[in-house]
Amino acid sequence: MLKGLVNKIIPFSSVDGPGNRTAIFLQGCNFNCLYCHNPETINLCSNCGICTKVCPTQCLYIENGIVRWYKENCKECDSCLKACKSCSSPKTTFMTVEDVIKAIEKTRPFISGITLSGGECMLQKEFVIELCEAVKKLGLTAFIDSNGSIPFYGDHRLIEAIDMVMLDVKSFDKEEHKMLTGQDNEMVFKNMEYLASINKLYEIRTVIVPGVLINERNVDKLSKRLAELNPNIKYKLIKYRPIGVRTDIIKSSVPTDEMMEKLKDIAIKNGCKDVVVI
Amino acid sequence: MDNILKIIKDTSLTYEQKVLTLAKAAENSIKPLNIDDETQKYREEGVICDLFEGNAPYRPRYIVPDYEVFLKNGSKFLGLEPPKNIWEAVNSLLILYKHVPSITSFPVYLGNIDTILDRFVEDEEEAYQAIKLFLLHIDRTITDSFCHANIGPEDTKAGRLILKASRELNASIPNLTLKYSQNTPDDLALDSINTALVTAKPSFANHEMFVGELGEDYSIASCYNGLPIGGGNFTLVRLNMGKLAPMAKDTEDFINNLLPDAVEKMAGYMDERIKFLMEESGYFESSFLVKEGLISIDRFTSMFGMVGLADAVNHLLGAKDQKARFGHSKEADDLGVRIIEKLEEEVNKHHNPYCKFSDGKFLLHAQVGIDTDKGIAPGCRIPIGEEPEIWDHIKHCALFHKFFPTGIGDIFRFDSTVKRNPQYVLDIMKGAMKVGMRYISFYTSDSDVVRITGYLVKRSDMEKLERGEQVLNGAAVLGLGAVKNQHVLDRKERKDA
Repeated sequence: MLKGLVNKIIPFSSVDGPGNRTAIFLQGCNFNCLYCHNPETINLCSNCGICTKVCPTQCLYIENGIVRWYKENCKECDSCLKACKSCSSPKTTFMTVEDVIKAIEKTRPFISGITLSGGECMLQKEFVIELCEAVKKLGLTAFIDSNGSIPFYGDHRLIEAIDMVMLDVKSFDKEEHKMLTGQDNEMVFKNMEYLASINKLYEIRTVIVPGVLINERNVDKLSKRLAELNPNIKYKLIKYRPIGVRTDIIKSSVPTDEMMEKLKDIAIKNGCKDVVVI
Repeated sequence: MDNILKIIKDTSLTYEQKVLTLAKAAENSIKPLNIDDETQKYREEGVICDLFEGNAPYRPRYIVPDYEVFLKNGSKFLGLEPPKNIWEAVNSLLILYKHVPSITSFPVYLGNIDTILDRFVEDEEEAYQAIKLFLLHIDRTITDSFCHANIGPEDTKAGRLILKASRELNASIPNLTLKYSQNTPDDLALDSINTALVTAKPSFANHEMFVGELGEDYSIASCYNGLPIGGGNFTLVRLNMGKLAPMAKDTEDFINNLLPDAVEKMAGYMDERIKFLMEESGYFESSFLVKEGLISIDRFTSMFGMVGLADAVNHLLGAKDQKARFGHSKEADDLGVRIIEKLEEEVNKHHNPYCKFSDGKFLLHAQVGIDTDKGIAPGCRIPIGEEPEIWDHIKHCALFHKFFPTGIGDIFRFDSTVKRNPQYVLDIMKGAMKVGMRYISFYTSDSDVVRITGYLVKRSDMEKLERGEQVLNGAAVLGLGAVKNQHVLDRKERKDA
């Protein structure tokens, strides 16, 4: 049976799309962003076992060469994540669509829908499709939070299954995007244009990272492009924050409110009607 | 007479608060009620408590006038013609409010103020001015947090202006409830949520549930009490289950012997209070509210209060470990439901001839506690500090809400970042109604106005009081007591989880 590799499920989330949503984070990402705030979602576990040695409650152990997690005793201290050398987590679970639906049952009366995030959830596209189809049968909406590296176009079943996409557009510039994420941004733009054309682009987001990215250029060019596509699509400008970030590979600081307001003004001046700073 | 002199010399009381306290002391200097020894023993042990109603009831505890009748007819006694515009309407209401008594001497119900004012809204800007002054006047003159106004369930221009003015005034009075029905537009519900996230009101009442039990003409008065419009409630006495449980040998003894006995004694005590009010005090014979048809004797009931279910359950099960306690274990929750079912059964056996609205029955009420309660959880609530995740918490509330037509509710404190996504709170509120919650309130961690147990008090007022300064709102002292004894500011902050 088809299974997804799930990093975690946040039953109530106020920050992953409209209303209250159960956010499902899938494991594995094809980007390696310098500012990634949950780098433990990037790679699959290599079963090296380092984490089993640091767990203070002994809920990690090796069985037949595979790292296992005994959930009941876990105190969520994250010592394992700090010790991991592979940007991964021993606390992932293979779940079927039914397993996830069962987990949603407890929050179902209180949510607008689910948001699939990651990692990059689209790396597990088949699972995403089946889960979204099942969720819609419950009368809930299915949103996708994506880095835009996997094509949304050309897959009718996918597009039918999902409601809206929240797309990270991390840099307008190809080289800068590569420097930041390890990948280029050609597909990101294709997805942005396609999703906007079929009214399935809920928002685009750009993280503002002082000293690392040319932020003003990004906001200026991206907001112009977005306004051409549809000025009513939300443009979210996110402050870089060092929480959870590998600060040994990035040297930046939290942008000031003044800087964010200035960038917001640029986006509004370029025609975007719904610009949000967070 | 020491206590009288003490009241007179108390510099932390305003003049008005002194007069009310002196009146209470005078009332309590006589003992006209016949109370038998066994009932008196329960009273002294704190099992039965009349919530300081006083020794000689001379007005019903809660009066719920039909303000539409008043606005339609004016008042002969008050010498008021029916109002013709918004200014006259709010002025007439403000006059009437000063003549609507209750247990606190202040009115506990101000009307469905959106629907009664909406027909006077012509020029919106002018109406806004009138409504804002109306609400300001209420806050500064009805200086008691148990004063409650209702809006909804329909969307009205007046309702929107009331919400806007409430956000701007950021006052603790009046308490405010949106009657939320399945037909209430999301837009009005969102406007209400945006208001609650700023100023801790309105709360949300499950309209369909209340209508099913009390009929279309119901109100939410005082803390969150469902009562018939054009009538009210004679008396509210409470049964403290947290104090009764330790007197039982075991769970069966509690359910089969102690609880029925305490219910019988308390119902008898309520009878005695109602009898005095109806047969001795002369209130209903003399009040213009009765003569002019704003209230009628056959629209009255009485509220049988209870408190401390969590404490009783945990005691009876000897539950120390969190996993075994009320709100966290099926066994504990099942026992809670069994106790309340038994309570309802016993209370329903009793008949009081004056409670005509409820066919002679007392209606159950989950009492929110008093400022001096220590280690006793309000009504059927899970104690502060032991709250489970919000989705489990709401479902737990719903187990009990159906038993309490005259009021039960719970309160959730949110991290202030939810202001960015009011739809999030709307989803939670709608879900709560869907699963059978009767009444739900929200506020954010950074709000000056906070919901204590059912009523609202400003943090800044409690700080003043603690410094020995006078504050206008008489309920601030109760709020401060509840902060100290029940840790109400430490309610679990709800964040994404």
